[in-house]
Amino acid sequence: MPSAPSAPRRAAIVGANRIPFARSNGAYARASNQDMLTAALDGLVARFGLAGERLGEVVSGAVLKHSRDFNLTREAVLGSRLSAATPTYDLQQACGTSLQTTLQVANKIALGQIESGVASGVDTTSDAPIEVNDDLRRVLLAANRAKSTAGVLKALAGLRPGQVVPEIPANREPRTGMAMGEHAAQTAAAWGISRTAQDEVTVASHRHLAAAYDRGFFDDLMTPYLGLTKDNNLRADSTLEGLAKLKPVFRPKGYPDTEATMTAANSTPLTDGAATVLLASDEWAAERHLPVLAHFVDAETAAVDYVHGDEGLLMAPTYAVPRLLERQGLTLQDFDFYEFHEAFASTILATFAAWEDPKFCKERLGLDGPLGTFDKSKLNVAGSSLATGHPFAATGARIVPTLAKLLHEKGSGRGLISICAAGGQGVVAILEA
Amino acid sequence: MSNDWYSDFVNSGIGKSIAGSVGLPPVPRLRRYEPGQPLLSGPALLGTATANGRVAKVVRSLLTDLGVEVHEDPQAPVGGGSSSSKVAAGIVDATGLSSPADLAEIQAFLTPVMRRVGPSGRVLVIGDVPGEATAPSVRAARRSLEGLVRSAAKEARYGATVNLIHVADGAENDIESTLRFFLSSRSAFVDGQRLEVGTVPGFAGSSQGVDWDKPLAGRTAVVTGAARGIGATVAKTLRRDGATVICVDIPAAGDALARTANDVGGSALQLDITADHAPATLLDHAQRHGGLDIVVHNAGITRDKLLANQDRDRWNSVIDVNLNAQLAINDALLASEHFHRGGRIVTVSSMAGIAGNRGQTAYGASKAGVIGMVDATAPLLVEKDATINAVAPGFIETAMTAAMPVGTREAGRRLSSMTQGGLPVDVAETIAWFAQGASYAVNGQVLRVDGQNYLGA
Repeated sequence: MPSAPSAPRRAAIVGANRIPFARSNGAYARASNQDMLTAALDGLVARFGLAGERLGEVVSGAVLKHSRDFNLTREAVLGSRLSAATPTYDLQQACGTSLQTTLQVANKIALGQIESGVASGVDTTSDAPIEVNDDLRRVLLAANRAKSTAGVLKALAGLRPGQVVPEIPANREPRTGMAMGEHAAQTAAAWGISRTAQDEVTVASHRHLAAAYDRGFFDDLMTPYLGLTKDNNLRADSTLEGLAKLKPVFRPKGYPDTEATMTAANSTPLTDGAATVLLASDEWAAERHLPVLAHFVDAETAAVDYVHGDEGLLMAPTYAVPRLLERQGLTLQDFDFYEFHEAFASTILATFAAWEDPKFCKERLGLDGPLGTFDKSKLNVAGSSLATGHPFAATGARIVPTLAKLLHEKGSGRGLISICAAGGQGVVAILEA
Repeated sequence: MSNDWYSDFVNSGIGKSIAGSVGLPPVPRLRRYEPGQPLLSGPALLGTATANGRVAKVVRSLLTDLGVEVHEDPQAPVGGGSSSSKVAAGIVDATGLSSPADLAEIQAFLTPVMRRVGPSGRVLVIGDVPGEATAPSVRAARRSLEGLVRSAAKEARYGATVNLIHVADGAENDIESTLRFFLSSRSAFVDGQRLEVGTVPGFAGSSQGVDWDKPLAGRTAVVTGAARGIGATVAKTLRRDGATVICVDIPAAGDALARTANDVGGSALQLDITADHAPATLLDHAQRHGGLDIVVHNAGITRDKLLANQDRDRWNSVIDVNLNAQLAINDALLASEHFHRGGRIVTVSSMAGIAGNRGQTAYGASKAGVIGMVDATAPLLVEKDATINAVAPGFIETAMTAAMPVGTREAGRRLSSMTQGGLPVDVAETIAWFAQGASYAVNGQVLRVDGQNYLGA
């Protein structure tokens, strides 16, 4: 065991494994978060010959989580081929979850606290938790507290027919009651993002993903699961003409004169899936003759006030990126690849528009001038969430290895990751090879 | 319980008595290898055909070292029993034959042996290589052994096997791993076959210091087509014998592949072996384990069609996977320092490549091609002290044979000396033996693992 270094070292991204992502209530309808996470971990273990090994830690999380899954990651590791002596913890930061788990594992490696770790995330919208409603819950808890039979009966006398209606989790912001898509539609309207531009992003995402599959890009990043060998949201033959026929699904409230532009295609679908990333110190990787695809350089998390302020729900990365660039002494143009999570096509377009707007950059970001634009041919070159789908907590652990492998293939370079998250948060990171 | 209902029936209590009274053919339960199992389960009879025999001494020394009771007289009482007590093996040193007249000595020894050899017993005839003889009478005598062995194998009962080993002149001290394989239950489904043990020019091989319980310890193996079936069993068998195993299969089979890899504590490589980059990717991955010692070309596909209905795409896919991919990988192995000195290539041919099979022109062509590949590659490997050999499975119980029509399946099982299909492990044991460092003198061989199937026998 090497002693803790005085200066932080950069954590290496060694490799990854994910299961194909499946549209909700489809191929993985009967799979739980624990099932999917265990399968993804076992694929990673197999790829790197880690059966029986004790890793520094495994960190994962899910957004939609049953109360029984309080120790989700630990249970998955106990069911996996890793050594049961591998510690774990759960972390949840909405759609930013597994970029945040990557950051946590990378930081511990950087500080010399661990030599290896797995960052991951999993989500199911098919096997979502359904709770009894609050009224019924209060009655049942009162009955449970009662000390006598009479007390139990008295408490149960409070049962009412309306209490059988369950609480089903919804993709809504608790503080606004608005769906995430409705928030995104407002942002799109505010920035004047056109339908065509959104559909172009969508077609590109599908075509890039299809091309990546065709060249075997995912052969060492993915393991089939329950009969799926590819993300089943992928539409390789997606065209602008085809997408133009779809009806919008999210209307921008408060913008009565603005046309609705967001469709089921240029928004990510509800998706099930799990993804894992193996990180390590260079020494750990070298001892095992394992490759180093890229290094984790730095990351920044931002949050915006979308409740009381007038910032868009998914605009936090717009703030996080300039802060990260400044800390690293870089400009927006200094990257070979840009991996922007496509929660909605309009989200990344609004972000790009904001960075080109001098007023926004000055007043909101505190910059002297606009952050500017970048070469969009370097954006999401192996496809992103619009094509792969978006199991909330798994997306970061899909993107990190995609970028790491792109950098490894290129031989050297730098890439930027940006992920927006519910609650007005965003996580961004830089990788280098 | 197997899916061979007939075997289950005739081996059940009532089935046994019904089968016996109406004359149904029995299906013997074969003794199969388990770690720690003794080489032979009882005494052995060891005969010599001539005074010039070269190998009896080596065989005797091996058996006595292992504590096996050995008798030269085929009628000797054994194990405190009588002259008819069962024996586990009868071995005859048939080297040094000068004419067909000498064969009578072999008959005299083997006739009582055939009566005495017990269930899953072993009859082994060890002769000279016919091609090394120039005199017609000598070569005729040597070649006669093949007909003798193949016929005797059809007579042996209760899972006993009869096989022939040809030992090249000067190779008599290089036969230990081969003797051990043919005498042990690792060769349970190898019957009526011949195999040659050769000399290795410039290589003083030795079986000294081999851990026979872990003969592959410290070696790294690749098994293609390892996700399921025979390949998965090969991976497990190589692991059991001590190897670190890299399991390869197409990306679409990745989930089953991951299970195999994790079961054997190895690593999984999702790779289409027909891709141009496949040999490089394979060698690159192998460096994680410090390079390669063993490559098992197990991956294979069938795209069965009558030749009259065959098309180019189906044809090419079979030739590409079953033959071209192996050729390309072998070329890369020969050129790479990461395929270590003393390496072993084992490939999977097929009964269809030897005897042909209706509907399998492409498959048969590819599997016969594999044999040609072995013939031509064997001499190229000599300078690396490496070997290449092929196993040619017959009817092996797999998911593929379970899906066959009943008639075809039953014919495949019963029309063999063992009256049953083999198990994937039977193929795997043979591959594991070829893969041993101690099998250095076995090169360029094709061994059928088919229970002496009557097809193309």
